[in-house]
Amino acid sequence: MRPRTLYDKLVDAHTVRRLDDRTGPGAGVLLYIDRTVLNEYTSPQAFSGLRAADRAVWRPGAALAVVDHVNPTAAHRIAAMPDAGGARQVAYFGENCRDFGIELLDVLHPLQGIEHVVAPEQGFVLPGMIVAAGDSHTTTYGALGALGFGIGTSDIEHYLATQTLVYRRMRTLRVTVAGRLSPGVTAKDVVMALIRQIGADGATGYAVEFAGAGIAALSVEGRMTICNMAVECGARGVVIAPDAAVMAYLRDTPRAPKGALWDAAVAQWSTLASDADARFDREVDLAADAIEPMVTWGTSPDQAAPVNGWVPDPDAEPDPGRRRDMVRALAYMDLTAGTALAAIPIQRAFIGSCTNARLSDLREAATIVRGRHVAEGVHAMVVPGSSSVRRAAEAEGLDRIFLAAGFEWRQSGCSMCLAMNDDVLAPGERCASSTNRNFEGRQGAGGRTHLMSPAMVAAAAIAGHLTDVRTLARKP
Amino acid sequence: MQPFTTVTGPAAALPAANIDTDVIIPKQFLKGIDRSGLADATFHDLRFSAPGELRRDFVLNRPDWADARFLVVGPNFGCGSSREHAVWGLLQLGIRAIFGTSFAGIFADNAANNGLLLIDLPAETVAILAGRAADPARNRLTVDLPAETVTAADGTVFPFTIPALRKDALVRGRDAIGATLDHAAEIRAFEARHLAANPWLA
Repeated sequence: MRPRTLYDKLVDAHTVRRLDDRTGPGAGVLLYIDRTVLNEYTSPQAFSGLRAADRAVWRPGAALAVVDHVNPTAAHRIAAMPDAGGARQVAYFGENCRDFGIELLDVLHPLQGIEHVVAPEQGFVLPGMIVAAGDSHTTTYGALGALGFGIGTSDIEHYLATQTLVYRRMRTLRVTVAGRLSPGVTAKDVVMALIRQIGADGATGYAVEFAGAGIAALSVEGRMTICNMAVECGARGVVIAPDAAVMAYLRDTPRAPKGALWDAAVAQWSTLASDADARFDREVDLAADAIEPMVTWGTSPDQAAPVNGWVPDPDAEPDPGRRRDMVRALAYMDLTAGTALAAIPIQRAFIGSCTNARLSDLREAATIVRGRHVAEGVHAMVVPGSSSVRRAAEAEGLDRIFLAAGFEWRQSGCSMCLAMNDDVLAPGERCASSTNRNFEGRQGAGGRTHLMSPAMVAAAAIAGHLTDVRTLARKP
Repeated sequence: MQPFTTVTGPAAALPAANIDTDVIIPKQFLKGIDRSGLADATFHDLRFSAPGELRRDFVLNRPDWADARFLVVGPNFGCGSSREHAVWGLLQLGIRAIFGTSFAGIFADNAANNGLLLIDLPAETVAILAGRAADPARNRLTVDLPAETVTAADGTVFPFTIPALRKDALVRGRDAIGATLDHAAEIRAFEARHLAANPWLA
């Protein structure tokens, strides 16, 4: 048998039937999907479609529904939504979950949180699965050895009605990260460096496997950050071969198999890897020790640079299209070529999102914040990735560190990553953000986003401007 | 889904790279529970400087492109969020097909599921079409999906290709779920084998 990539193996193992005569990239297959996670804003029209056609949900137990996008994150948790539209979505979501028999973690549920934080911490996603869900950051699940990818509402409806998707096989791209990260450099910096290197469409049309010593040395939560944000270079599915760290992460999660079933599962999961001589359609190499703390300066995630660099000069860009886009980005960001990135002042600091609001992220940020105070004029907030993360952080006193430093310590949700709730940048406000997208208007119309790691956001909040976290580093 | 066979109309150029779904449809318009009412929300911040106040410099606000049926776009159009509202909004704005060198994956699937035709073309062809789109005297095109051609008003023909599976679905405007459920017995049999082989998934 010809050697296969892990992606090929997972797709082969989930192929119900072939839909055309093709093989390899572009071939159409009917693909069985093991799990989905549903949210209140991309699912309503899918359920309406089922209702209109009088169709049932094929396997309600394979879906987990979480309210995360529109809910407020104020410290005092209430059931009410801040606006009528959000209230309608949450009410309809509840109605749909009840009528179709799907488990719902609503806003007051103790396990509520951002879907891509909740699903892993509950053991809802396991190695070898294919998970498709109505949110682009479903790629997160690659960190657990599952193939994860985002889908739109029509495909949510297709999934719910059939447990399958009409799928076209992707080309394969392996990103090998060699070496080890330097102190102060995180998984976020790795994925930001990758996106900068290959571009915002660098992995478009590809399923990506991350590999190499630099990935193996990362925690599972760090790997989630990388898989999550790989969609920002176009990755249409991400996977990392599961290792002992993944098994250790999953072992005590509530929904992981137990006893003999766990042993059988681990025996099988341990075989999930690309064959040694498998060929990828494309290979990209990164040297971990060359990566520095990264920040974005523009309005696309690939418009990024090491924090000790400068705002680039569009006149030095030979490609006219890219030059035009840079000019537009700098105008939107109100930045001048040649400005030191570490001199850019901020008014807002946001630690949150499915990319970077897990317990390890909050610990790293708290290490920088401890005993210091947010700079005058900076409004800083922490939005834990889930209610469980919030409780775990409080149990070790991280909330008190953030509060003493002048951060708001909030409830969980997507919050100001996409500002669908009432956490929004005012026009012109500049934010250091641990999120995933610096698009125009993403965090609020006219808002200006600089992406970076949570520790870098913490450092910027303390300094009042973008800054190299290593200047504030201390022994953990 | 509306079937796509032949469509004629003006094309408008939006040449910037990486036009994301937040720009196509900002988050404040995602609070519905149906697909309707998204036409004015589409490209909202590019089209309006304030509520009801049009930006005259935005191409789709100019009379020669107000009835645009096609967009000629830069690389990686539709990147970012999975929100299908972006596709619903473009269709409600009257856009039926988009020409570009590359489209983001989820956006492309959403487009296919709703009958919005995305046409991948070489950069040189996209540049030629963008040039024509920018000229009101020459910006009318005809897209013939069964023939896989784009024809300009002067008769110039630009061929394109599209995967057979996708073309067939677009031309027929088929119900994908209904087609899949024709194989329900096969899905059920696969599922039984799959869960038996991976009992922790059951």
